[in-house]
Amino acid sequence: MAEVTVLAGSGDQMVAEAFRQANPDVLPVYPITPQTIIVEEFDKFVAEGRVHTEFVPVESEHSAMAAAIGASAAGARTVTATASQGLAYMWEQLYVAAGMRLPIVMANANRALSAPINIHGDHSDILGARDSGWIMYFAENAQEAYDDTLMAFRVAEHPDVMLPVATTLDGFITSHALERCELMDDETVAKFVGEYKPEHSLLDTDNPNSYGMFANLGNFYMETKLAQRKAMEKAMPIIKAVGEEWEAISGRPFDVVKTFGTEDAERVIVVMGSSTGNCRAVAKALREVGEKVGVVSLRVFRPFPTEELAAALKGAKAIAVMDRAETVGGEGGPLWQEVSACLHSAGNTAPVRDYMYGLGGADVTLELINDIFNDLKTLEADKAAGTVPAVTYKGNR
Amino acid sequence: MSWDYSGNEKWTWDQIPLGAMTLDGGTATGHKTGDWRVQRPIWDTEKCKQCLICWMHCPDSSIKVADQKMCGIDYEHCKGCGVCVVACPFGALSMISENDARELDEKEVQ
Repeated sequence: MAEVTVLAGSGDQMVAEAFRQANPDVLPVYPITPQTIIVEEFDKFVAEGRVHTEFVPVESEHSAMAAAIGASAAGARTVTATASQGLAYMWEQLYVAAGMRLPIVMANANRALSAPINIHGDHSDILGARDSGWIMYFAENAQEAYDDTLMAFRVAEHPDVMLPVATTLDGFITSHALERCELMDDETVAKFVGEYKPEHSLLDTDNPNSYGMFANLGNFYMETKLAQRKAMEKAMPIIKAVGEEWEAISGRPFDVVKTFGTEDAERVIVVMGSSTGNCRAVAKALREVGEKVGVVSLRVFRPFPTEELAAALKGAKAIAVMDRAETVGGEGGPLWQEVSACLHSAGNTAPVRDYMYGLGGADVTLELINDIFNDLKTLEADKAAGTVPAVTYKGNR
Repeated sequence: MSWDYSGNEKWTWDQIPLGAMTLDGGTATGHKTGDWRVQRPIWDTEKCKQCLICWMHCPDSSIKVADQKMCGIDYEHCKGCGVCVVACPFGALSMISENDARELDEKEVQ
Protein backbone atom coordinates (compact mmCIF):
# COMPACT_ATOMS: atom_id res chain seq x y z
CA MET A 1 0.00 0.00 0.00
CA ALA A 2 1.30 3.39 -0.97
CA GLU A 3 2.47 5.52 1.94
CA VAL A 4 2.79 9.25 1.61
CA THR A 5 4.99 11.58 3.67
CA VAL A 6 3.90 15.19 3.72
CA LEU A 7 6.79 17.64 4.00
CA ALA A 8 7.80 21.23 3.36
CA GLY A 9 10.03 20.77 0.36
CA SER A 10 11.65 22.91 -2.31
CA GLY A 11 11.51 21.92 -5.98
CA ASP A 12 15.22 21.10 -6.00
CA GLN A 13 14.84 18.96 -2.90
CA MET A 14 11.92 17.08 -4.42
CA VAL A 15 13.88 16.45 -7.64
CA ALA A 16 16.77 15.10 -5.54
CA GLU A 17 14.30 12.78 -3.74
CA ALA A 18 12.95 11.59 -7.10
CA PHE A 19 16.51 10.91 -8.30
CA ARG A 20 17.23 8.99 -5.08
CA GLN A 21 14.13 6.87 -5.48
CA ALA A 22 14.96 6.10 -9.13
CA ASN A 23 18.42 5.05 -7.89
CA PRO A 24 20.39 5.93 -11.05
CA ASP A 25 23.58 4.07 -11.94
CA VAL A 26 25.54 7.18 -12.86
CA LEU A 27 25.09 10.87 -12.03
CA PRO A 28 27.71 13.20 -13.53
CA VAL A 29 26.95 16.76 -12.50
CA TYR A 30 28.30 20.26 -12.02
CA PRO A 31 26.60 22.61 -9.57
CA ILE A 32 25.05 25.86 -10.77
CA THR A 33 22.47 28.17 -9.21
CA PRO A 34 19.51 27.55 -8.92
CA GLN A 35 20.03 23.81 -9.44
CA THR A 36 22.68 23.52 -6.69
CA ILE A 37 20.36 22.12 -4.01
CA ILE A 38 19.65 19.09 -6.22
CA VAL A 39 23.37 18.28 -6.29
CA GLU A 40 23.87 19.02 -2.57
CA GLU A 41 20.94 16.84 -1.56
CA PHE A 42 21.92 14.00 -3.85
CA ASP A 43 25.51 14.24 -2.60
CA LYS A 44 24.19 13.47 0.86
CA PHE A 45 22.30 10.41 -0.37
CA VAL A 46 25.52 9.12 -1.96
CA ALA A 47 27.55 9.79 1.21
CA GLU A 48 24.91 8.06 3.34
CA GLY A 49 24.91 5.05 1.02
CA ARG A 50 21.22 5.41 0.27
CA VAL A 51 21.77 5.08 -3.48
CA HIS A 52 24.09 2.84 -5.48
CA THR A 53 24.90 5.71 -7.85
CA GLU A 54 28.36 6.43 -9.25
CA PHE A 55 28.54 10.16 -8.51
CA VAL A 56 30.90 11.95 -10.90
CA PRO A 57 31.78 15.53 -9.88
CA VAL A 58 32.91 16.73 -13.31
CA GLU A 59 34.78 19.95 -14.13
CA SER A 60 32.09 21.52 -16.33
CA GLU A 61 28.59 21.04 -17.72
CA HIS A 62 30.04 20.15 -21.10
CA SER A 63 31.78 17.28 -19.35
CA ALA A 64 28.66 16.48 -17.33
CA MET A 65 26.66 15.80 -20.47
CA ALA A 66 29.60 14.08 -22.17
CA ALA A 67 29.96 11.74 -19.18
CA ALA A 68 26.20 11.21 -19.13
CA ILE A 69 26.26 10.26 -22.81
CA GLY A 70 29.09 7.77 -22.23
CA ALA A 71 27.38 6.27 -19.20
CA SER A 72 24.03 5.98 -20.92
CA ALA A 73 25.61 4.40 -24.01
CA ALA A 74 27.22 1.91 -21.63
CA GLY A 75 23.71 0.96 -20.55
CA ALA A 76 23.52 2.83 -17.25
CA ARG A 77 20.45 4.65 -15.98
CA THR A 78 21.90 8.14 -16.15
CA VAL A 79 20.81 11.38 -14.59
CA THR A 80 22.13 14.93 -14.41
CA ALA A 81 20.91 18.42 -13.58
CA THR A 82 21.82 21.93 -14.65
CA ALA A 83 20.60 25.47 -15.29
CA SER A 84 21.22 28.53 -17.42
CA GLN A 85 24.86 28.91 -18.55
CA GLY A 86 25.37 25.27 -17.64
CA LEU A 87 22.70 24.16 -20.08
CA ALA A 88 24.15 26.54 -22.67
CA TYR A 89 27.57 25.02 -22.11
CA MET A 90 26.06 21.56 -22.75
CA TRP A 91 24.56 22.68 -26.04
CA GLU A 92 26.33 20.53 -28.62
CA GLN A 93 26.12 17.55 -26.28
CA LEU A 94 22.33 17.88 -25.95
CA TYR A 95 21.97 17.11 -29.64
CA VAL A 96 24.40 14.20 -29.34
CA ALA A 97 22.40 12.64 -26.50
CA ALA A 98 19.17 12.94 -28.49
CA GLY A 99 20.65 11.77 -31.79
CA MET A 100 22.18 8.74 -30.11
CA ARG A 101 18.75 8.05 -28.57
CA LEU A 102 20.06 7.89 -25.01
CA PRO A 103 17.35 7.98 -22.31
CA ILE A 104 19.14 10.43 -20.00
CA VAL A 105 16.96 12.25 -17.48
CA MET A 106 18.01 15.81 -16.68
CA ALA A 107 16.46 18.37 -14.37
CA ASN A 108 16.85 21.99 -15.42
CA ALA A 109 16.21 24.82 -12.98
CA ASN A 110 15.09 27.37 -15.58
CA ARG A 111 17.17 30.54 -15.33
CA ALA A 112 18.06 33.57 -17.43
CA LEU A 113 21.12 33.63 -19.68
CA SER A 114 23.85 36.27 -19.44
CA ALA A 115 24.42 39.12 -20.19
CA PRO A 116 23.73 40.91 -17.96
CA ILE A 117 24.46 38.19 -15.43
CA ASN A 118 21.30 37.12 -13.68
CA ILE A 119 20.65 34.07 -11.53
CA HIS A 120 16.87 34.28 -11.47
CA GLY A 121 14.10 32.37 -13.17
CA ASP A 122 12.97 32.60 -16.75
CA HIS A 123 12.83 30.21 -19.72
CA SER A 124 15.72 31.58 -21.81
CA ASP A 125 17.94 28.56 -21.19
CA ILE A 126 15.53 25.68 -21.74
CA LEU A 127 13.57 27.16 -24.63
CA GLY A 128 16.83 27.85 -26.42
CA ALA A 129 17.28 24.08 -26.35
CA ARG A 130 13.79 23.42 -27.70
CA ASP A 131 15.10 22.00 -31.00
CA SER A 132 17.72 19.71 -29.47
CA GLY A 133 15.48 16.64 -29.53
CA TRP A 134 14.80 16.41 -25.79
CA ILE A 135 11.36 15.75 -24.35
CA MET A 136 10.51 18.69 -22.06
CA TYR A 137 8.25 18.95 -19.02
CA PHE A 138 7.47 22.28 -17.32
CA ALA A 139 6.59 21.97 -13.64
CA GLU A 140 4.27 24.50 -12.06
CA ASN A 141 5.40 23.76 -8.52
CA ALA A 142 7.68 21.52 -6.44
CA GLN A 143 5.15 18.68 -6.44
CA GLU A 144 4.98 18.62 -10.22
CA ALA A 145 8.79 18.76 -10.40
CA TYR A 146 8.86 15.58 -8.31
CA ASP A 147 6.12 13.86 -10.29
CA ASP A 148 7.59 14.86 -13.67
CA THR A 149 11.02 13.57 -12.70
CA LEU A 150 9.66 10.15 -11.73
CA MET A 151 7.55 9.89 -14.89
CA ALA A 152 10.51 10.98 -17.01
CA PHE A 153 12.34 7.67 -16.45
CA ARG A 154 9.38 5.66 -17.70
CA VAL A 155 8.99 7.83 -20.79
CA ALA A 156 12.70 8.14 -21.67
CA GLU A 157 13.43 4.43 -21.24
CA HIS A 158 10.31 3.21 -23.06
CA PRO A 159 11.52 1.09 -26.04
CA ASP A 160 9.26 3.04 -28.42
CA VAL A 161 10.67 6.37 -27.23
CA MET A 162 14.36 6.15 -26.22
CA LEU A 163 14.82 9.92 -26.02
CA PRO A 164 16.41 12.10 -23.34
CA VAL A 165 13.98 13.96 -21.08
CA ALA A 166 14.42 17.35 -19.44
CA THR A 167 12.18 18.00 -16.46
CA THR A 168 12.22 21.70 -15.76
CA LEU A 169 11.33 23.86 -12.79
CA ASP A 170 11.47 27.65 -12.63
CA GLY A 171 14.54 29.01 -10.87
CA PHE A 172 14.00 30.08 -7.23
CA ILE A 173 10.20 30.36 -7.44
CA THR A 174 9.96 26.58 -7.78
CA SER A 175 13.53 25.43 -7.17
CA HIS A 176 14.00 27.15 -3.78
CA ALA A 177 10.63 28.13 -2.28
CA LEU A 178 9.25 25.69 0.29
CA GLU A 179 5.86 24.21 -0.48
CA ARG A 180 3.66 21.49 0.89
CA CYS A 181 4.81 18.36 -0.93
CA GLU A 182 3.89 14.71 -0.91
CA LEU A 183 6.69 12.19 -1.05
CA MET A 184 5.66 8.68 -2.06
CA ASP A 185 7.29 5.73 -0.28
CA ASP A 186 10.43 4.29 -1.87
CA GLU A 187 8.97 0.87 -2.60
CA THR A 188 5.96 2.20 -4.50
CA VAL A 189 8.19 4.50 -6.54
CA ALA A 190 10.74 1.76 -7.27
CA LYS A 191 7.91 -0.40 -8.57
CA PHE A 192 6.50 2.44 -10.67
CA VAL A 193 9.84 3.54 -12.15
CA GLY A 194 11.01 -0.03 -12.73
CA GLU A 195 14.40 -1.22 -13.88
CA TYR A 196 16.17 0.01 -16.99
CA LYS A 197 17.04 -2.88 -19.28
CA PRO A 198 19.08 -1.46 -22.15
CA GLU A 199 19.18 -3.32 -25.43
CA HIS A 200 22.83 -2.45 -26.06
CA SER A 201 25.88 -1.60 -24.00
CA LEU A 202 29.17 -0.13 -25.11
CA LEU A 203 30.81 -2.33 -22.46
CA ASP A 204 29.52 -5.52 -24.09
CA THR A 205 32.77 -6.64 -25.73
CA ASP A 206 31.17 -9.83 -27.02
CA ASN A 207 28.89 -7.67 -29.14
CA PRO A 208 31.02 -4.66 -30.05
CA ASN A 209 29.16 -1.54 -31.12
CA SER A 210 29.45 2.20 -31.39
CA TYR A 211 26.99 5.08 -31.46
CA GLY A 212 26.25 7.90 -33.87
CA MET A 213 28.27 6.56 -36.79
CA PHE A 214 29.44 8.84 -39.57
CA ALA A 215 26.22 9.57 -41.47
CA ASN A 216 27.97 10.60 -44.68
CA LEU A 217 28.64 6.93 -45.41
CA GLY A 218 25.13 5.84 -46.30
CA ASN A 219 23.90 9.46 -46.32
CA PHE A 220 21.26 8.66 -43.70
CA TYR A 221 21.28 11.84 -41.62
CA MET A 222 17.78 12.82 -42.75
CA GLU A 223 16.48 9.34 -41.99
CA THR A 224 17.93 9.53 -38.47
CA LYS A 225 16.21 12.87 -37.84
CA LEU A 226 12.94 11.46 -39.15
CA ALA A 227 13.30 8.56 -36.72
CA GLN A 228 13.69 11.10 -33.87
CA ARG A 229 10.54 12.91 -35.03
CA LYS A 230 8.62 9.62 -35.14
CA ALA A 231 9.84 8.78 -31.62
CA MET A 232 8.57 12.18 -30.39
CA GLU A 233 5.18 11.41 -31.95
CA LYS A 234 5.11 8.02 -30.22
CA ALA A 235 6.13 9.68 -26.95
CA MET A 236 2.91 11.68 -26.53
CA PRO A 237 0.54 8.73 -25.86
CA ILE A 238 3.22 7.18 -23.65
CA ILE A 239 3.60 10.43 -21.65
CA LYS A 240 -0.17 10.36 -21.13
CA ALA A 241 -0.33 6.67 -20.22
CA VAL A 242 2.52 7.02 -17.72
CA GLY A 243 0.80 10.15 -16.34
CA GLU A 244 -2.44 8.23 -15.87
CA GLU A 245 -0.59 5.44 -14.11
CA TRP A 246 1.10 7.86 -11.71
CA GLU A 247 -2.20 9.67 -11.23
CA ALA A 248 -3.80 6.38 -10.11
CA ILE A 249 -0.97 5.88 -7.56
CA SER A 250 -0.54 9.47 -6.36
CA GLY A 251 -4.08 10.77 -6.71
CA ARG A 252 -2.78 13.87 -8.51
CA PRO A 253 -4.29 14.54 -11.94
CA PHE A 254 -1.93 14.62 -14.92
CA ASP A 255 -2.68 16.53 -18.11
CA VAL A 256 -0.19 17.55 -20.78
CA VAL A 257 -2.28 20.72 -21.11
CA LYS A 258 -3.86 22.00 -17.90
CA THR A 259 -6.97 24.11 -18.27
CA PHE A 260 -8.91 26.40 -15.99
CA GLY A 261 -12.24 27.89 -16.98
CA THR A 262 -11.83 27.08 -20.68
CA GLU A 263 -15.23 25.41 -20.89
CA ASP A 264 -16.81 28.87 -21.37
CA ALA A 265 -13.86 31.30 -21.37
CA GLU A 266 -13.71 33.96 -24.07
CA ARG A 267 -10.40 35.49 -22.96
CA VAL A 268 -7.62 32.97 -22.34
CA ILE A 269 -3.99 33.21 -21.20
CA VAL A 270 -1.51 30.54 -22.35
CA VAL A 271 1.43 30.11 -19.98
CA MET A 272 4.04 27.63 -18.75
CA GLY A 273 5.70 26.93 -15.41
CA SER A 274 5.46 28.71 -12.07
CA SER A 275 3.33 31.66 -13.24
CA THR A 276 0.42 29.30 -13.91
CA GLY A 277 -0.78 29.56 -10.31
CA ASN A 278 -0.81 33.38 -10.42
CA CYS A 279 -2.79 33.29 -13.65
CA ARG A 280 -5.26 30.84 -12.17
CA ALA A 281 -5.69 33.00 -9.05
CA VAL A 282 -6.49 36.08 -11.14
CA ALA A 283 -8.80 34.11 -13.43
CA LYS A 284 -10.60 32.67 -10.42
CA ALA A 285 -11.19 36.13 -8.95
CA LEU A 286 -12.41 37.49 -12.30
CA ARG A 287 -14.70 34.52 -12.87
CA GLU A 288 -16.26 35.12 -9.46
CA VAL A 289 -17.45 38.51 -10.72
CA GLY A 290 -18.78 36.95 -13.90
CA GLU A 291 -15.92 37.52 -16.35
CA LYS A 292 -15.42 34.71 -18.84
CA VAL A 293 -11.67 34.20 -18.56
CA GLY A 294 -9.53 31.06 -18.54
CA VAL A 295 -5.99 29.78 -18.28
CA VAL A 296 -4.18 27.15 -20.33
CA SER A 297 -0.85 25.87 -19.06
CA LEU A 298 1.44 23.51 -20.92
CA ARG A 299 3.00 20.85 -18.70
CA VAL A 300 4.67 19.22 -21.70
CA PHE A 301 6.36 21.42 -24.33
CA ARG A 302 8.16 18.70 -26.34
CA PRO A 303 6.52 16.86 -27.96
CA PHE A 304 4.27 19.91 -28.48
CA PRO A 305 0.70 19.05 -27.43
CA THR A 306 -0.91 20.46 -30.57
CA GLU A 307 -4.21 18.58 -30.41
CA GLU A 308 -4.74 19.17 -26.70
CA LEU A 309 -3.89 22.87 -26.99
CA ALA A 310 -6.16 23.35 -30.02
CA ALA A 311 -9.01 21.71 -28.10
CA ALA A 312 -8.38 23.90 -25.05
CA LEU A 313 -8.43 27.09 -27.14
CA LYS A 314 -11.39 26.12 -29.30
CA GLY A 315 -13.86 28.53 -27.72
CA ALA A 316 -11.49 31.44 -27.08
CA LYS A 317 -12.30 34.82 -28.65
CA ALA A 318 -9.00 36.48 -27.64
CA ILE A 319 -5.77 34.79 -26.58
CA ALA A 320 -2.70 36.06 -24.71
CA VAL A 321 0.54 34.09 -24.79
CA MET A 322 2.95 34.74 -21.93
CA ASP A 323 6.52 34.26 -23.08
CA ARG A 324 9.32 34.07 -20.52
CA ALA A 325 12.14 33.89 -23.07
CA GLU A 326 13.13 36.44 -25.70
CA THR A 327 13.57 35.61 -29.36
CA VAL A 328 15.26 38.91 -30.10
CA GLY A 329 14.43 39.93 -33.66
CA GLY A 330 11.80 37.23 -34.04
CA GLU A 331 8.18 38.10 -34.68
CA GLY A 332 7.24 36.81 -31.25
CA GLY A 333 8.51 34.69 -28.38
CA PRO A 334 9.02 30.93 -28.65
CA LEU A 335 5.74 29.96 -26.98
CA TRP A 336 3.80 32.46 -29.10
CA GLN A 337 5.28 30.96 -32.26
CA GLU A 338 4.20 27.45 -31.29
CA VAL A 339 0.74 28.52 -30.14
CA SER A 340 0.18 30.58 -33.30
CA ALA A 341 1.22 27.68 -35.53
CA CYS A 342 -1.08 25.35 -33.58
CA LEU A 343 -4.05 27.72 -33.93
CA HIS A 344 -3.37 28.20 -37.64
CA SER A 345 -3.27 24.42 -38.20
CA ALA A 346 -6.53 24.07 -36.30
CA GLY A 347 -8.18 26.80 -38.39
CA ASN A 348 -8.69 28.92 -35.26
CA THR A 349 -8.59 32.60 -36.26
CA ALA A 350 -8.96 34.10 -32.78
CA PRO A 351 -6.61 37.09 -32.30
CA VAL A 352 -3.44 36.35 -30.33
CA ARG A 353 -1.18 38.80 -28.48
CA ASP A 354 2.31 37.98 -27.29
CA TYR A 355 3.50 39.21 -23.89
CA MET A 356 7.10 39.13 -22.67
CA TYR A 357 7.16 38.89 -18.88
CA GLY A 358 9.26 37.83 -15.91
CA LEU A 359 12.60 37.90 -17.75
CA GLY A 360 15.51 37.43 -15.37
CA GLY A 361 13.08 36.83 -12.50
CA ALA A 362 11.17 40.13 -12.92
CA ASP A 363 8.12 40.11 -10.65
CA VAL A 364 5.03 38.39 -12.00
CA THR A 365 2.31 40.22 -10.10
CA LEU A 366 -1.42 39.61 -10.04
CA GLU A 367 -1.86 43.17 -11.40
CA LEU A 368 0.29 42.29 -14.40
CA ILE A 369 -1.89 39.30 -15.21
CA ASN A 370 -5.05 41.30 -14.57
CA ASP A 371 -3.79 43.88 -17.10
CA ILE A 372 -3.35 41.16 -19.69
CA PHE A 373 -6.89 39.88 -19.20
CA ASN A 374 -8.06 43.50 -19.53
CA ASP A 375 -6.10 44.03 -22.77
CA LEU A 376 -7.84 41.02 -24.28
CA LYS A 377 -11.25 42.73 -23.99
CA THR A 378 -10.39 45.01 -26.92
CA LEU A 379 -7.78 42.90 -28.69
CA GLU A 380 -9.70 42.43 -31.91
CA ALA A 381 -10.41 46.17 -32.28
CA ASP A 382 -6.86 47.10 -31.21
CA LYS A 383 -5.41 44.76 -33.80
CA ALA A 384 -7.63 46.24 -36.50
CA ALA A 385 -6.50 49.72 -35.42
CA GLY A 386 -2.87 48.61 -35.69
CA THR A 387 -1.96 49.57 -32.12
CA VAL A 388 -0.74 46.14 -31.00
CA PRO A 389 3.05 45.66 -31.13
CA ALA A 390 4.51 42.31 -32.21
CA VAL A 391 5.62 41.73 -28.63
CA THR A 392 4.26 43.57 -25.61
CA TYR A 393 6.65 43.86 -22.65
CA LYS A 394 4.93 43.65 -19.27
CA GLY A 395 6.44 44.48 -15.91
CA ASN A 396 9.39 46.49 -17.23
CA ARG A 397 10.24 50.11 -16.55
CA MET B 1 33.05 -8.78 -38.66
CA SER B 2 29.63 -10.39 -38.62
CA TRP B 3 27.29 -7.40 -39.02
CA ASP B 4 25.81 -7.32 -42.49
CA TYR B 5 25.28 -3.70 -43.44
CA SER B 6 25.26 -4.30 -47.18
CA GLY B 7 22.69 -2.19 -48.97
CA ASN B 8 22.77 0.38 -46.15
CA GLU B 9 22.56 3.19 -48.70
CA LYS B 10 18.97 2.06 -49.35
CA TRP B 11 17.94 1.75 -45.69
CA THR B 12 14.80 3.72 -44.80
CA TRP B 13 14.44 5.71 -41.56
CA ASP B 14 13.03 2.72 -39.66
CA GLN B 15 15.77 0.32 -40.79
CA ILE B 16 18.72 2.32 -39.46
CA PRO B 17 19.84 1.08 -36.02
CA LEU B 18 18.55 3.28 -33.17
CA GLY B 19 20.91 6.13 -32.42
CA ALA B 20 22.81 5.47 -35.69
CA MET B 21 24.56 2.58 -34.00
CA THR B 22 27.23 0.48 -35.61
CA LEU B 23 26.42 -3.04 -34.48
CA ASP B 24 29.92 -4.43 -34.81
CA GLY B 25 33.53 -3.50 -34.14
CA GLY B 26 36.37 -2.77 -36.54
CA THR B 27 34.15 -1.20 -39.18
CA ALA B 28 36.91 1.31 -40.07
CA THR B 29 38.56 -1.44 -42.12
CA GLY B 30 35.67 -1.18 -44.56
CA HIS B 31 35.87 2.62 -44.68
CA LYS B 32 38.58 3.57 -47.22
CA THR B 33 40.13 6.88 -46.27
CA GLY B 34 43.43 6.72 -48.14
CA ASP B 35 42.21 8.95 -50.95
CA TRP B 36 42.55 11.99 -48.64
CA ARG B 37 46.33 11.64 -49.15
CA VAL B 38 48.35 14.41 -50.85
CA GLN B 39 51.74 12.77 -50.30
CA ARG B 40 52.55 9.07 -50.22
CA PRO B 41 55.22 7.28 -48.15
CA ILE B 42 57.37 4.91 -50.22
CA TRP B 43 59.12 2.00 -48.51
CA ASP B 44 62.65 1.04 -49.49
CA THR B 45 62.99 -2.65 -48.54
CA GLU B 46 66.77 -2.54 -49.09
CA LYS B 47 67.32 0.15 -46.42
CA CYS B 48 64.68 -1.22 -43.97
CA LYS B 49 66.15 -2.94 -40.87
CA GLN B 50 62.73 -4.14 -39.59
CA CYS B 51 62.97 -2.12 -36.37
CA LEU B 52 59.21 -1.38 -36.62
CA ILE B 53 59.65 2.15 -35.25
CA CYS B 54 57.37 3.32 -38.09
CA TRP B 55 54.71 0.84 -36.93
CA MET B 56 54.87 2.29 -33.41
CA HIS B 57 54.54 5.85 -34.68
CA CYS B 58 51.86 5.49 -37.38
CA PRO B 59 48.71 7.20 -36.01
CA ASP B 60 46.45 5.33 -38.42
CA SER B 61 47.70 1.72 -38.06
CA SER B 62 48.73 1.75 -41.72
CA ILE B 63 52.09 -0.03 -41.43
CA LYS B 64 51.25 -3.60 -42.36
CA VAL B 65 53.00 -6.28 -40.31
CA ALA B 66 53.05 -10.05 -40.75
CA ASP B 67 55.10 -12.51 -38.68
CA GLN B 68 56.54 -9.58 -36.68
CA LYS B 69 57.94 -7.99 -39.83
CA MET B 70 56.87 -4.97 -41.83
CA CYS B 71 55.40 -6.17 -45.10
CA GLY B 72 53.99 -3.01 -46.64
CA ILE B 73 51.89 0.12 -46.24
CA ASP B 74 48.08 0.13 -46.17
CA TYR B 75 47.41 2.85 -48.73
CA GLU B 76 43.66 2.42 -48.28
CA HIS B 77 43.96 4.05 -44.85
CA CYS B 78 47.30 5.92 -44.89
CA LYS B 79 46.61 9.71 -44.86
CA GLY B 80 50.16 10.62 -45.91
CA CYS B 81 51.00 12.46 -42.69
CA GLY B 82 54.69 11.58 -43.03
CA VAL B 83 55.27 10.70 -39.38
CA CYS B 84 56.79 7.34 -40.39
CA VAL B 85 59.28 9.09 -42.68
CA VAL B 86 60.51 11.31 -39.84
CA ALA B 87 60.54 8.42 -37.36
CA CYS B 88 62.55 6.01 -39.55
CA PRO B 89 66.23 6.02 -38.37
CA PHE B 90 67.47 4.40 -41.61
CA GLY B 91 65.93 6.57 -44.32
CA ALA B 92 63.92 3.62 -45.55
CA LEU B 93 60.77 5.70 -45.96
CA SER B 94 60.39 8.77 -48.14
CA MET B 95 57.48 10.93 -49.27
CA ILE B 96 56.62 11.56 -52.89
CA SER B 97 53.68 13.51 -54.25
CA GLU B 98 50.51 11.43 -54.58
CA ASN B 99 50.13 12.69 -58.12
CA ASP B 100 53.57 11.37 -59.12
CA ALA B 101 52.84 8.15 -57.24
CA ARG B 102 49.66 7.61 -59.21
CA GLU B 103 51.46 8.21 -62.51
CA LEU B 104 54.02 5.60 -61.48
CA ASP B 105 51.19 3.22 -60.56
CA GLU B 106 49.66 3.68 -64.00
CA LYS B 107 53.00 3.03 -65.74
CA GLU B 108 53.39 -0.17 -63.72
CA VAL B 109 49.96 -1.33 -64.85
CA GLN B 110 50.84 -0.59 -68.49
